[in-house]
Amino acid sequence: MTLRERIFHSPSRDGALIGVGDVVVLLIVAVMLYLGAQLALGTPAAIQGPNINLDPAALPFYALLSIGRMLIAYFLSLIFSIFYGYTAARSKSAERWLMPLLDILQSVPILSFLPVVLLSLTAILPQRTAVELAAVVLIFTSQAWNLTFSFYQSMRTIPTEYREAAAVFRFSPWLRFKQVELPFASMGLIWNSVMSWAGGWFFLMAAEIFTLGSHDFRLPGLGAYLQTAAAQGNVQALVIGIGTLTFIIVLLDQLIWQPLLAWAEHFKVSQVEDDNPTTSWFLDSLRRSGFARAVSRRVFMRLNRWLDKKLNRPPKSIPSLEAPETGKRSLLGWLILLALALGIGYGLVQAAGMLLTIPLAAWGNIATGALATLLRVVIAVGIALAWTIPVGVLIGTNPRAASILQPLVQIAASIPATALFPVLLLGLLTIPAGADIAAVLLMLLGTQWYLLFNIIAGASAIPQDLQFTSNLLRLSGWKRWKTLILPALFPYIITGLITASGGAWNASIVAEFTEFGGQISRVTGLGAEITAATAAGNYAVLLASTLTMIVLVVMINRLVWRRLYHVAEYRFRMDQ
Amino acid sequence: MNGGDVLLQMEHVTKVYGRGERRFTAVKDINMTIRDGEFVALLGPSGCGKSTLLRMITGLIPTSEGSVYYRGQPVKGINPYATMVFQTFALYPWLSVLDNVALALEARGDMSAGRYIQAEKLVDLVGLDGFENAYPRELSGGMRQKVGFARALAVEPELLCLDEPFSALDVLSAEALRGELMELWTGKQLPTKAILMVSHNIEEAISMADRVIVMGKEPGHIVTEFTISLPHPRTRKDPAFEALIDRIYGAIAGRTEAEVKEVGSAPGAPGLTRVLPRSSVNALAGLLEHINPFKTPYDIYKLEGELAVEMADLVQTIEMAEMLGFATVSSGDIQITPLGQAFAEASILTRKELFAQRARRLPIIQWMIQMLNAAPNQELPWKVFYTALLPEFPDEMSERQLDIAINWGRYAELIDYDDRDELLTLDLSGGKAAVSAN
Repeated sequence: MTLRERIFHSPSRDGALIGVGDVVVLLIVAVMLYLGAQLALGTPAAIQGPNINLDPAALPFYALLSIGRMLIAYFLSLIFSIFYGYTAARSKSAERWLMPLLDILQSVPILSFLPVVLLSLTAILPQRTAVELAAVVLIFTSQAWNLTFSFYQSMRTIPTEYREAAAVFRFSPWLRFKQVELPFASMGLIWNSVMSWAGGWFFLMAAEIFTLGSHDFRLPGLGAYLQTAAAQGNVQALVIGIGTLTFIIVLLDQLIWQPLLAWAEHFKVSQVEDDNPTTSWFLDSLRRSGFARAVSRRVFMRLNRWLDKKLNRPPKSIPSLEAPETGKRSLLGWLILLALALGIGYGLVQAAGMLLTIPLAAWGNIATGALATLLRVVIAVGIALAWTIPVGVLIGTNPRAASILQPLVQIAASIPATALFPVLLLGLLTIPAGADIAAVLLMLLGTQWYLLFNIIAGASAIPQDLQFTSNLLRLSGWKRWKTLILPALFPYIITGLITASGGAWNASIVAEFTEFGGQISRVTGLGAEITAATAAGNYAVLLASTLTMIVLVVMINRLVWRRLYHVAEYRFRMDQ
Repeated sequence: MNGGDVLLQMEHVTKVYGRGERRFTAVKDINMTIRDGEFVALLGPSGCGKSTLLRMITGLIPTSEGSVYYRGQPVKGINPYATMVFQTFALYPWLSVLDNVALALEARGDMSAGRYIQAEKLVDLVGLDGFENAYPRELSGGMRQKVGFARALAVEPELLCLDEPFSALDVLSAEALRGELMELWTGKQLPTKAILMVSHNIEEAISMADRVIVMGKEPGHIVTEFTISLPHPRTRKDPAFEALIDRIYGAIAGRTEAEVKEVGSAPGAPGLTRVLPRSSVNALAGLLEHINPFKTPYDIYKLEGELAVEMADLVQTIEMAEMLGFATVSSGDIQITPLGQAFAEASILTRKELFAQRARRLPIIQWMIQMLNAAPNQELPWKVFYTALLPEFPDEMSERQLDIAINWGRYAELIDYDDRDELLTLDLSGGKAAVSAN
């Protein structure tokens, strides 16, 4: 549900698959990348990596470092999304630019930025700071967009009556935010936070293990620990490391996300009681604990009162809800627009100049690479579909199977694929075509869970009466799949595939060009082009291949997924 | 009424929504005054712009033309002297009853602990003691609306605006809540100086208000106004009450007019396109069967109770009967025509035939049949009709009108509609009849 909103309900010109806004945004991205590549020219020749201590006693420290990065990026994302979503929802003219921008940003394969960000930051900042910052930026870009979409959607869908009551009763902006807007948005924000964290781990691990020749960009943390353990063939450290990571993820889920979700039930708008609300043992015990209550009284209530006192100022006048139609753009607005256009134009000319230095053969490599990666993505997604559809339907329609398999699947899915990658390499690099298999496997690991969860959701949403009717009609075997199950699953499969293929493209950056135990293995692919160009300091090719990947993924998104999605929405929707 | 100071004054107020082809005038050239001590009811069919007026008075939306004055000052932004009770309650579901009421006090900057004492008093005043800590979803509709009233009273508004406050409640709760409000109002226990209530229920308006302003639609305008000086509490049995109901019904439902004007013109043709009433053949049949035994004009207001339908829906069904020539209406009474009697007594198939004969005369259906006849394969996408209707009606109304026309056309077996490919076709059996009839 949230994903559907995230990807398809942006207010771009209806009908048009690619609008003017999209092109402008893509050009801006190109200029930004060019500037990054320019900065990268100043990158130091060698970058020293951290020394990783494989002693299990060091693990808590590494875990804290990893969690710290996640926390910083998450809070930045949250603040960003609230500001961005608020601005876009409140101002029509801002919305026209902010939403297409967001739409492109979230369909861009984020990992493709990693090399440019790393190189440009190390050029201008002290090495360790730059690498830390790059990790935070990367996690931020993986977490912020869906949070922002969710908050924006909430702001746009607040029931009119709530807004009218807030206006008639003259709520101050603070009161409106605290008592109306934030509560209404909270459910969506929390659900998307869960998704953001899952995505964040994937990118954190990727950032922590990134290393290229003389540039060792690794960061001390769980990811680097796992990679070092794999490179040294230390199976014991590997098992303990993965165990720790899984434990942390499960712990965060139980102690933070489940309680928050259970607590947010409170903010559901529906006027009837839910039969089946989310529950959390931890929240229940907190509610019973006197200590927790005392903390809440001393800390949270005081904070609340203090904020209210500072921020709740009755406003002198409150504007009408329907703003009078705004006039033309002001002179300042036109000047800013002109300056922006000139800046982009100049940047584009420079970027084009850089791209022109690339020999034709290199363009050929990029094109073959793109095809190879596309093929790999298709294979990975195909394998994922082949096993997730039967298993998903089994879990979704069979409560007994669900009770056994669901928790297992959830734990397996919570381990970020990038953390397992060193393990894959350890096992596969020695066999022929191992690098190819490892790349496809990493893509598969990163994509299959999302598909599986969507298919489970779709299968359990098949209406009972349709099931009964099919039983009565004695539909069975392939016929039953063709007339009932596959059409019912279609929208869910498409939703899952969109994220899955996006994840697969991302994975190609780390999967296609690897340095493991001092040995480089490389397969043909666009991801390999990007990382190899980074390693070789070939910034023109880096710019060209990164841009190629972005444009390719955005195009596939618009031309394939969006169309299929519309079919799914209009032809195969189950609710009336 | 005279006496009190003028609180609110509207001068030549017009509200237009949308732009260009989708321009739609909600209300036009409204003038009205509300004085200290008055209880005024705004009465009219749905779509006449009652709620739009209320929203301009509270300042929720600006006027397009003309001005709203409060105590002589033009209203800009939210009107600080007015507050509102909402049809759908507009309570925040994540806040308890007490918090919902206290929030209105917090909004005025009252962050003292005393605000809860004040809120509790109001909750008691509306008779919800014991439910302070309940959440809205645990309450019945009637109780929720009491919270709505308590919250509105918390800010001690001079002008209390009620937007169909009882229409989302069941009959008994609505009746009880009306009584309680009138007790507080006539007993001068409210801090409020005047009440303005939007309603589509004639009896409700007469039983509560000092003045009833009747509105008409297309575009919304004031038809007339009635002063009601019956003493409180008022009873429906009172002949003066009944006489008022008849008079107001007459003003709202109007009289049967010459047929040309009544059926209007086809979309695109000069003249006003007649809006199809929002009712179904089933409701029509029910109405006609009910009034068939009475050969003399029958009081419309009685039908509301007897058929257990909302007045708004009833008016639509009556309009449908009138439009098709199955009944005539004059000054609050309905009289079934011979054709209507035939329909009421006919078998299913004959009913269809009778209905088809009459429906075919409606310009919008005629127009649709002609378009389909002219089209290849005698089929056209839904979208074509929708787009053609857009210049005539605001967009959601176009959709509704088309739905009604398709619904009637299907029943009459004149038009067929396939929802999957959104295609309208000429029903072959009915279609031939239509061609020969023309």
